[in-house]
Amino acid sequence: MYTFSNRLKIGSFILMAVGLLCLGVGFVSAPSTVEEAKAIVASHDDGHGDPHAADQTHGVADDHGAAATHDEGHDASHDEHLLHQLQNRPWSALYVAAFFFMMIALGALAFYAIQRAAQAGWSPLLFRVMEGITAYLVPGGIIVFVILVLSVLHMNHLFVWMDSDVVAHDKLLQGKAGFLDPTFFLVRAAIFLGGWILYREYSRKFSLAQDEASDNSNFVKNFRISAAFLVFYLITESMMSWDWIMSVDPHWFSTLFGWYLFASMIVSAITVIAMVTIYLKSKGYLEDVNDSHIHDLAKYMFGFSIFWTYLWFSQFMLIWYANIPEEVTYFVTRIEDYNLPFFGMVAMNFVFPVLLLMNSDYKRINWFVIMTGIVILAGHYMDIFNMIMPATVGDQWYIGIPEIGGILFFAGLFIFWVFRALTTAPLQPKRNPFIEESRHFHY
Amino acid sequence: MASHYEAPIRKPLVLGDKGYHDVTVDIAAPVEGRANKQWWIVFTIAFVAFLWGVGCIIYTISTGIGTWGLNKTVGWAWDITNFVWWVGIGHAGTLISAVLLLFRQKWRMAINRSAEAMTIFSVIQAGLFPIIHMGRPWLGYWVLPIPNQFGSLWVNFNSPLLWDVFAISTYLSVSLVFWWTGLLPDFAMIRDRAVKPFQKKIYSLVSFGWSGRAKDWQRFEEVSLVLAGLATPLVLSVHTIVSFDFATSVIPGWHTTIFPPYFVAGAIFSGFAMVNTLLIIARKVCHLEAYITVQHIELMNIVIMITGSIVGCAYITELFMAWYSGVEYEQYAFLNRATGPYWWAYWAMMTCNVFSPQFMWFKKLRTSIVFSFLISIVVNIGMWFERFVIIVTSLHRDYLPSSWTMFSPTFVDIGIFIGTIGFFFTLFLLYARTFPIIAQAEVKSILKSSGERYKKLREAGKPLYQINKTTAPVNTVVEDAPAPSADTDAQVSTLLDTLGTFDPGTDTADDLKRVKGIGPLMEKTLNGIGIFTFAQVGRMTAKEYDLLDSITGSFPGRAQRDDWAGQARTLNNNE
Repeated sequence: MYTFSNRLKIGSFILMAVGLLCLGVGFVSAPSTVEEAKAIVASHDDGHGDPHAADQTHGVADDHGAAATHDEGHDASHDEHLLHQLQNRPWSALYVAAFFFMMIALGALAFYAIQRAAQAGWSPLLFRVMEGITAYLVPGGIIVFVILVLSVLHMNHLFVWMDSDVVAHDKLLQGKAGFLDPTFFLVRAAIFLGGWILYREYSRKFSLAQDEASDNSNFVKNFRISAAFLVFYLITESMMSWDWIMSVDPHWFSTLFGWYLFASMIVSAITVIAMVTIYLKSKGYLEDVNDSHIHDLAKYMFGFSIFWTYLWFSQFMLIWYANIPEEVTYFVTRIEDYNLPFFGMVAMNFVFPVLLLMNSDYKRINWFVIMTGIVILAGHYMDIFNMIMPATVGDQWYIGIPEIGGILFFAGLFIFWVFRALTTAPLQPKRNPFIEESRHFHY
Repeated sequence: MASHYEAPIRKPLVLGDKGYHDVTVDIAAPVEGRANKQWWIVFTIAFVAFLWGVGCIIYTISTGIGTWGLNKTVGWAWDITNFVWWVGIGHAGTLISAVLLLFRQKWRMAINRSAEAMTIFSVIQAGLFPIIHMGRPWLGYWVLPIPNQFGSLWVNFNSPLLWDVFAISTYLSVSLVFWWTGLLPDFAMIRDRAVKPFQKKIYSLVSFGWSGRAKDWQRFEEVSLVLAGLATPLVLSVHTIVSFDFATSVIPGWHTTIFPPYFVAGAIFSGFAMVNTLLIIARKVCHLEAYITVQHIELMNIVIMITGSIVGCAYITELFMAWYSGVEYEQYAFLNRATGPYWWAYWAMMTCNVFSPQFMWFKKLRTSIVFSFLISIVVNIGMWFERFVIIVTSLHRDYLPSSWTMFSPTFVDIGIFIGTIGFFFTLFLLYARTFPIIAQAEVKSILKSSGERYKKLREAGKPLYQINKTTAPVNTVVEDAPAPSADTDAQVSTLLDTLGTFDPGTDTADDLKRVKGIGPLMEKTLNGIGIFTFAQVGRMTAKEYDLLDSITGSFPGRAQRDDWAGQARTLNNNE
């Protein structure tokens, strides 16, 4: 049995407290009037000089490019827009971090289900680690759901299509109103989360029951529900990505988007599985896990990093090549206003893992895997950041107090919840029919 | 590679009481034996179809592309549909050999050889179409970026069609190298078993001097892994680039970003269906049911079901996004597919690709050989229609309503397509007679962990090296022969090691008296040692003669003088 070390527990509490504080600062310092918003932007420009001033002009040209003349009314609407962007910032910071950590748990659940459905022989030793990580899906999913409910209640402007004034003046959004409907949106979210959590809880139950059972019936049940879950996941993951992420840019659409998000999700999840495994092993747990298991996880990190890049490139290239205005604007905004995070993320998610994990010996060196893992996680946080921020805060993005606060808070909560869940059952499954294979596993 | 331990609940991958030698004999049998009548019938049909295709190609090239049903609006139809269909089918080979190798799926070993062969043969078919479509294939090298004296000719690097040339030629060469590397130990096995000098010569050439030393094996495993690593991104790249052809250049401005991964999934889907089609027949004809088991077919059906569902998910995503986008061109494109004049193609595609694989959720159906065969055909029809829908249905309603039209194929279009099917089967049938169609070296590597015999021995707690043959080589000749004394036992076994043992279950004894110098008594003695065939005698050299002399103790030097080995080889060849 694993015992939650006090140092880690206190560490997670400190992360949560600091994160909460930073988020609070973010919310309090968000402007409530147009004047405050202008003052904030002005002070930023003072502090950071030219780059932001240049961004500022971009923002004007971009957001209201249609209006060529800068009359009074336009200036006012621009200021209003600026206020909304700045008000959105702490919410976006909260949402990006909440989604990112929820996505890790969801990705781990998908990976776990794949291992079960494929009857993999190498991984059963890691099942408890994966189950520990998926435990976070319950609080993480609920937090994301609460943020979505608050959005529907107009506490923020993350989803512009929820504003009936905007829809009234937008023919495209009227066309989509059947799908982008606040109630239907929440019902869908509840179904997605309900389905995932249901599978997670049942699978965990059967997994624990199998340890005490005298036959393989629980194992077989788990195999069956895993296959069923994967079908459910194939559909809901795509829809979730349209709902929770793509619809922040409600005019834009891409058929690949769901699978692209999946690539981000699965690579982050496997990275976290590897990191937790290495941590537990360093504390003397998981004696039977050998460096071949780490090697395999690192291979998946390597492979899915390339897969992510493949999908990133496919989506980018096809939209860039076709150059259709309503689609290409998505990347124009990102390249102009988010140049560094947009291309920096490709470097972190592709170049780093490929170079660091190419060598097969490096995949067995724990600190190497951890180091690459940190880069991968940071890169995929940036990926989610780049998906949400351009639509919600526009060129007013910044990795500052609320963003870091969001990461710290959810990282703390994630660590606390995952490691607490790990203490509730033995770290090694006893009666899984493939456990011997996993124990003998060497590559 | 992976551990030799295997969980007892895993089903055996080699059925029956098969030892290492049985694997050799079973897999070499179709190559060493003679073709039966059915093979000749099927080969004739395929060859006639091939010849018809050749005729149509000659007609096309000598007359022009006008012999096809293309028109100003639908400028691409069966040619590119067939091209993509064949390239797609080619995907399963590399997936099975490379991706499943990386995933350590042992079941791939019974099917990878034929799947890779299928890949190469289908890529050959695919490669024909762009060349024929050029109209002047003797200028085919113009698709390569080579400097030319005309000055103005230079390939268009902006076009995915050019990328295709690179992608597919890289794919073909890597697949070919991968395939042949795997074949080396198997060719060497046939070489070592060959008795006729011509066969021996050919298989020596194609096995590149494989010696079976540890160093050979070490290099073999290294190169396999490197090639698998190279081939895996190639599986993705080839069909990704094919998808770019359509995502960027069928109708200007129309595209959908899901194409790359969905084309790859679709290609694997059709490739596995074709592997199923071919192997369900091959296992029957070549009596390889013990190696390509129902479990193999079931697993391939599951891959078909998964990739079919992914493709289905992509279809629905496209439909939904067309509505969601609010772009009327996008919406029209899909409305026209489902309800326009080509609605039947769209619904054929939907039925074959999305609905039919869902039957595989039922264990009864996916383990039924007849049903699997049926679905594999249905899937391949569906995948042909998918490409037809994407190409012809998109093109026939372009931006200029006055040019809207339909496409109807001419007999030449159909003839070339049928011709490629004939060509494909001609190649596959020739392959099935001359190549070991199962990677025997690899199957042997999993025999102890996954063979039924060894699994049973392990369960019973018996040692794995115990050979429990039920039939002993008992016949009258053996009984009469003087039993060799105990001290010659070691010598006998050394002798038999080089000459090969006689298996009464599969081999037939020859009349050794036909060799000049072997009388009835000597024949009995040889039989007593375990030498029954000309093939065995034919392998004797000076060393074996000496051994034989020391065992029998009679007529020293006689065998060498009469050249028994040479005589036996001639007799064996005349048989």
